[in-house]
Parts: sequence; structure tokens; C-alpha cells
Amino acid sequence: MDKYGTVGVASAQAPVPGRWRDFFDGDVFYSFKHSPAVMIAAAITFLCIFAALLAPWVAPHNPFDLKTLNLLDAFTPPSWTAKGNPTYLLGTDDQGRDVLSTIIFGSRMSLLVGLLATLLAMAIGVSLGLVAGYAGGKIDAFIMRVADIQLSFPAILIALLVDGLARVALPREMHDQVALYVLVLAIAASGWVRYARTVRGSTLVERNKEYVQAARVIGRHPLAIMFTHVLPNALGPVLVLVTLHIGEAIITEATLSFLGVGVPPTQPSLGTLIRIGNDFLFSGEWWILVFPGGALVLLVLSINVLGDWLRDALNPKLR
Amino acid sequence: MPDTAISVKPLIEVKDLAKDFDVSRPWLNRVLEGAPRTLLKAVDGVSFSIKRGETLSLVGESGCGKSTVARLICGLYGPTRGSVIFDGVDLATIDTRNRMLEMRRRFQMIFQDPYASLNPRWRVGRIIAEPIRSHDLLSDEGAIRKRVGELLTQVGLSPLDADKFPHEFSGGQRQRISIARALSSNPEFLICDEPTSALDVSVQAQILNLMKDLQREHGLTYLFISHNLAVVDHISTRVGVMYLGRIVEIADTKTLFARPLHPYTRMLQSAIPDIQMSGKARTPVAGEVPNPLDPPPGCAFNPRCPHANERCRAERPELLPYGDALVACHGIQEGRIPA
Repeated sequence: MDKYGTVGVASAQAPVPGRWRDFFDGDVFYSFKHSPAVMIAAAITFLCIFAALLAPWVAPHNPFDLKTLNLLDAFTPPSWTAKGNPTYLLGTDDQGRDVLSTIIFGSRMSLLVGLLATLLAMAIGVSLGLVAGYAGGKIDAFIMRVADIQLSFPAILIALLVDGLARVALPREMHDQVALYVLVLAIAASGWVRYARTVRGSTLVERNKEYVQAARVIGRHPLAIMFTHVLPNALGPVLVLVTLHIGEAIITEATLSFLGVGVPPTQPSLGTLIRIGNDFLFSGEWWILVFPGGALVLLVLSINVLGDWLRDALNPKLR
Repeated sequence: MPDTAISVKPLIEVKDLAKDFDVSRPWLNRVLEGAPRTLLKAVDGVSFSIKRGETLSLVGESGCGKSTVARLICGLYGPTRGSVIFDGVDLATIDTRNRMLEMRRRFQMIFQDPYASLNPRWRVGRIIAEPIRSHDLLSDEGAIRKRVGELLTQVGLSPLDADKFPHEFSGGQRQRISIARALSSNPEFLICDEPTSALDVSVQAQILNLMKDLQREHGLTYLFISHNLAVVDHISTRVGVMYLGRIVEIADTKTLFARPLHPYTRMLQSAIPDIQMSGKARTPVAGEVPNPLDPPPGCAFNPRCPHANERCRAERPELLPYGDALVACHGIQEGRIPA
């Protein structure tokens, strides 16, 4: 027994460096090395994630610490202009908050909402798609008809509906506390369908394969078969969907925040910043709008470029 | 009809098993077009029994329902009619999941396509141990590993192969892994659904011999599904010939190959390539299997049968004893066709 034990340990560890080597030698990494656009997009994405994670340490100012704010600094233009102040690289807004710092903190909120909403949508969509595809029959028909109905509403409309319901159902103080979660739920509710459809499709293919039938003959529980056999084999396309969906979720969040139904103004996201900046665009304080807007475009564009590349790189027919 | 001649109780008994597949158009189309439901009778009243240690083969052309029989017995499909009795217990009467699980331990299945029957993302060790874990046969990880190693050795692989993925193996090796998985719960009965038809001819013989050795060592009982008569001749004790969802002839292998009775069996047998080029006259395999959605009246084989007469076209023959065999043919029973 000891002999087998040691054999198992030795060879169980061996594949790990092998897998990494496979990854760096593989087609995916090759196509990554040979497309500069993708490398730039990856750099920007990781820079944003890094800055967002470490916002309190990276940002030059804390825009939400009221003690450090000085209204006399309000509307300072970017530092390279004639009236600029070198302390505020990208200028300040109407309350004297450093625009660069608000962008860093704002993208933190945007990324958080985008990621949480995508993960929630994925969890809902993958589970429902798996059940629909594996169970078939009436359950399948029911889930997919709900998905069809869902798909006929624009995402923003569903998000506004969920947010509206939450506002009616919850008292005002509580609403501010749970605003973030309501927003995540609203965006996820409008995004789960694509996962359900993709996973249902792959599940329909996988469930008729003989390894799934073998597990049924062995007597495994249907849920165990779904999650240990079918799911890992149906998950490939979901990875690509997730990447593309994060960008979209960030945009939806920004839209909702721009419309004023998103995160509370005390924790602004990029969308909130754009809404604030929008008020000052025509009075000449362009930087309050342009920089958060530019940051949003750059972040979403980078994520989408990465997602597109991943889709092509993982598709054997396009290699 | 109690058969007192058989003193040994059969391990598995199949009585009047039938399976219809609903291949109707969708509900809305049926309502709009006034079309009735269409049922495909994949298996239509099949009965046989297999004694412990025996190998029964079911042969027939594609679409004759032999794989459906295999899937009905192992519970992948629910039967439309009839029953499967395993060691005296009717599988349809088992109501709790635990009792069914206990039954499932005792019979396992080997599938046709070794490239599809192993989960590509699982290591071989985990694949083989799945029945052991599922039935809680061993709980200690070390013991499971040891058992997997033994099983791999038994099927002619190395215990070290447990850490590899299925794509690292050839078709024949994968089929060995399938066999190891099927054996891991110590079953008594194996359902083999064309286990060699996806393999090279040279590898087929190895797998068949392995299966025969394992049968001898473990006292296994096989139900062997195949369309290859040469393979069937090699492995089975008894052979059932299926045509369009029914058994047309069932006999001991020797009897069946030495003196085939049913015209369909004769046609199949004369189609086996003959290496000696003996020059004996062949009955060419003529015609095609009729559409199972619209089977011909009477004997299903009558459109292709050279001996068919009015009775064959009107009345369906039952499976009746003739000599050592059971055969469903009016011509044989009437003595019209020379035996």
C-alpha cells in the first residue's frame, strides 16, 4: 500500500509544472505573444484590476475623506494646463476631489459590480442550463421559455425593474446599504440567459455520450453526474462568455449609475462620475467628464479585446 | 410455461420485453396537421434467459434493436412492456434507490465506443474507482488505489496508468480501462454492447480473449451484443438472432452455426467471408431492413425471404422449439424449408 501511496504522490505532483510548460508552449500563449493589441489590452486590464484592488494605497488622495477635501481646490484643471496644480494630476471636481483618485476608486466599484454580476449570472445560467439540458422534457421547455421571455426584454429595462421593485419594497436607509447587491442582482438577472443557452447546448451533446451513460449504469445520482461528469466538459465556452460579459456588465452598471439608479453617490462608480461630470461639460470643466469616461472606455475595450482573443484562441477551427 | 428441464435457475431472465420510442412530430404540428402519434417499436416482445457463467450473444443488422435490449436490461431505458428478472428479482419492483444501487453493483456495462465511454477530464484511476466509491465498497483511499492497481494489472495495463488521462491511450487500451471499470464493483453480469466493433481486427481478438479469461476467473455471465458473427462464434455459448425488434432464432452456438434454421440466419451466415474460398454457393444478402415505423404484416422478414408464402405475409410466427433451437418461422415449422 505504501508503494502505491508514494507512486501516487510523486506522479500527482509531476503534471503541475508540465501543465504550465504546456501552457507556455501551447497555441494559446503563442497567439498571445504575436498580437500586440492583446498584450496591450491585457496590460491595461491588469493595471486597472491592480489599481482597483490597491486603491487606498495607490490613489494619490482619498476622495471620500471629507477632512482632506478643500472646496477652494474645486474645479482645478489638469496639472499640465495653465491654471493646473501639480498635486492634482487630472484636476479636481466640483467638491475639490482629485479626479484621478475618484477614477481609481470608481473603477474599483465598477469592477466589483461587473465581476459579482457576471459571476452571479454565470452561477444561475450554468445551473439552469445544466438542469434543462440534462433533465429535458417539460423542465427543459419551461426553463428555456422563461429564457426566451427574458431575452425579449432589454437588459437595462430588467435592471430598472429590479431596482424599482427594491426601492418600493425596502425602506430608504436600507436601500442605500443594499444598493450594491440590488444592482448586482439586476445586472445578473438580465445576463444569465446566454450561459443557460450555451451550457444547455453542450449538455445535450454530453449527456448522450457513453461516459455519462456509464455513470448512470453505475448508479450515480443525477446531480452528481451533472456536476462531476457533464459540467466540466460543458464549461469551455463559458470561460469566453464570462470575459465578454464582464465588459458588458460594467457598461450596464455605468448606464444605471448614470441614470441615478445605481450605486449610492457616497460610493461612486465610473458611471456616477460621468453623471457628475456631465453637469459641468458645457461650463468648460471638461476634465470632470472626459477622464472617467475615457477610463471606462479603455477598461471595457481592453476586457472585450481580451475576450475576443480568448474566443478565437480557444476555437480550434480558427487557429 | 414452467420449464422443468432447466434445473439451474437463470441469472437473468427477460420476459416479453418491449420498447416503443415516440417519434411523433411536435404536439403543435400534430394538432394542426391532424397527424397521429407515431411509435417506433425498437424492441417488440423479446424473451430469453441466461444461465450463470453463460454468454448469450444477440446478433443482427443495424437498427434491429439489439442495443436497445442492452440498454433496457441495464436500466438506461424504461421498458414499455415486459420485465427483466435478475437473480429472481424483477427490477421493476425495486422501489428504493438504495436497493436499486445494490442491484446495480451486480451488473455493469461495457460500451461500444472506447473514445466516448471514458470522461476525457478524469484520470484513469478516478474512472475505474467510480463504481467503488459510488457503492462504498472501499473507503480508505490507499485501499482504493491498491484495488485500481490490481484491476489495471488484470486487464493487462500497468498500475502506473492510473495517473494518466484517457487520451493518452489507444482504442484497445481504453476498452481495457472500460473493462476494468466494469469489473471494479465485482459484478456477476456484464452487458457488452458491441465492445469490439470500434477496434482494429488485431486488437479485437486481444479484447475478446481478455473477456473470456476474465469470465473464467470470475465466473462472469455475459450478454454480448454484436453484428459480427465471427466474433459471436468465438465468444458465446448461445446466440440469439434479432430482426426488427424480435428474436427470430435462438440456439447453442454450435447448433446455430452448424445448422442455421431461419432463412435470415442462413442469409447472415452465408455472408461471413470465407478464407478458404471454398466456392460454396452463397445466398447474397438481398434487400434492406424494412422501415421499423411501418413494419410489413406477418413475418417481418417476408419481403426479403425467398420462401415466403401467403401465411408468412399474414400471420406473425411465434418463437417455437424446433430440434435444439427456438425458431420463429412458418416455413421451418411446416417443414416447407429443409432444415
